[in-house]
Amino acid sequence: MGTGTVDGRAPGKIDTTRFEEFLDRATDEVFSTMLGSHCTPAEAAPPSDSGAISAVIGLAGAMSGSLVLHASSGVACRIAARMTGLEPETVDALVRDAIGEVCNMIAGAWKGFDAVLASGCLLSTPTVVAGTSYEVFSQRAPVRIERHYGFEEMRLTVTIFCEV
Amino acid sequence: MAGITVLIVDDSSVMRKIVERALRQAGLDLSRVVEAGSGSEGLEALSRDRADLIVSDINMPSMDGLEFLRQLQSRGLARGAPVVMITTESGEEHVREALAAGAQGYIRKPFTPDQVRDRVLPLLPPA
Repeated sequence: MGTGTVDGRAPGKIDTTRFEEFLDRATDEVFSTMLGSHCTPAEAAPPSDSGAISAVIGLAGAMSGSLVLHASSGVACRIAARMTGLEPETVDALVRDAIGEVCNMIAGAWKGFDAVLASGCLLSTPTVVAGTSYEVFSQRAPVRIERHYGFEEMRLTVTIFCEV
Repeated sequence: MAGITVLIVDDSSVMRKIVERALRQAGLDLSRVVEAGSGSEGLEALSRDRADLIVSDINMPSMDGLEFLRQLQSRGLARGAPVVMITTESGEEHVREALAAGAQGYIRKPFTPDQVRDRVLPLLPPA
């Protein structure tokens, strides 16, 4: 009797080795489709900014964790402008909404690349934090994948914290 | 179809505007756009006036899109209007669940106006 595998792995087994690749593809797909600009991996982390914003999407089910999009206030305003056609000058409700939605779409696109996660991992609604001098930690996340991206000569970070 | 009324249900005001823009870019003549920030707001809007097209997110707090869809059907509030779900959920089970609950179409975020056109226009009566 065979063990029954799916794509070479046991059914229900999540392949974490491709998480980084999936994240790169998901991030670029969301930015290209919804903002009309590519968002590609960058070597260096974004410069620290006196004002910043983070959107958090919780992951539950087949995998527990969160996906966090972190950007400076200026980058966040630019993202919101590209999405809406408006020109916010500060991180207001519109910008928080836009960043939350971009994070939501990245999380959805990312998990969609894995058949097990696509059907078995649920997403929370976005939580958005804005302010100065803070960091986002995940208390129980043995797996951490952090990627920096370049978007219109600006940079942002997307981090996955997870436990599989 | 000329001059239609669309109800857009999404807890994100940014996404509601993006969906409206995509529908217009897809070639729909929208004479009236009704926005609802939740499933219950959507049901309330439809209890007052009918819509020609209903577009809804799935992941929303309080009442999610599937429950909105079920109540839509059980209370007869769709009144023949096609319902399209626009959502980040892409799993086959999610699609099946939405279609079984009464949706006629399903679009995954992120989406292009072309994708919206291809999924929505065939559901509407010809102009």
